[in-house]
Amino acid sequence: MATVELRFSALPEHVRTARLVAAAVARRAGVDEAVLDEVRLAVGEACSRAVGLHLAHGIDAPVHVALIEDEKKFAIEVGDDVPSGPGEHASDDGSEADGEDEMGLAVISGLVDDVEVTSGANGGLIRMSWPTAAATAAP
Amino acid sequence: MDLSLSTRTVGDRTVVEVGGEIDVYTAPKLREQLVELVNDGSYHLVVDMERVDFLDSTGLGVLVGGLKRVRAHEGSLRLVCNQERILKIFRITGLTKVFPIHTSVDEAVAATD
Repeated sequence: MATVELRFSALPEHVRTARLVAAAVARRAGVDEAVLDEVRLAVGEACSRAVGLHLAHGIDAPVHVALIEDEKKFAIEVGDDVPSGPGEHASDDGSEADGEDEMGLAVISGLVDDVEVTSGANGGLIRMSWPTAAATAAP
Repeated sequence: MDLSLSTRTVGDRTVVEVGGEIDVYTAPKLREQLVELVNDGSYHLVVDMERVDFLDSTGLGVLVGGLKRVRAHEGSLRLVCNQERILKIFRITGLTKVFPIHTSVDEAVAATD
């Protein structure tokens, strides 16, 4: 079970709240202070992407974020409700929104070593994790 | 913290001082400011990011859009930034090769190429 779960209306003004909560939970979980900026940025990117997808597809459902603490790592899952499947490819017209979506993913993969992006009939999920102090301090 | 924007003219350059957080919510305000400046004929911009606390890819997108607009008028867009956590975002996206990044407004204003 997630340590903290968030659901927020898919609106840009709530992404900052998600960043602040994620950073606070990550700090408590023992993620290194030097890495908290990366956590903040990565979760912001993932949430911005999910908000953009919901708005672009006219989906009213909230964006969901799970902050999961375990003994060795701290994980964040950001899920959207935009289904993908055959015939549901992202438009390839080079629009600004698509470019920002790709840049967001580029930032996440540049920042986070352990990241997994999946998508399916029920929506997409970005899963990221960071080691906690307990893991890095082990002999 | 919200976004703060102020502009001033130094010679033929327009310095845009940005403070606070540039994210998916606030980036449209920065975009409007840059578009307005270019529409008003300011083609040589210096964006001072020393007081920016947070920058994400939406903000990067706005800066790239600004660069595209000034280049259409043979202008320039220079950045001022010394903050490692902000510079890192430019590095991992390869944008350090796209934007001239200076350590001070004076240096950016004096730069010609």
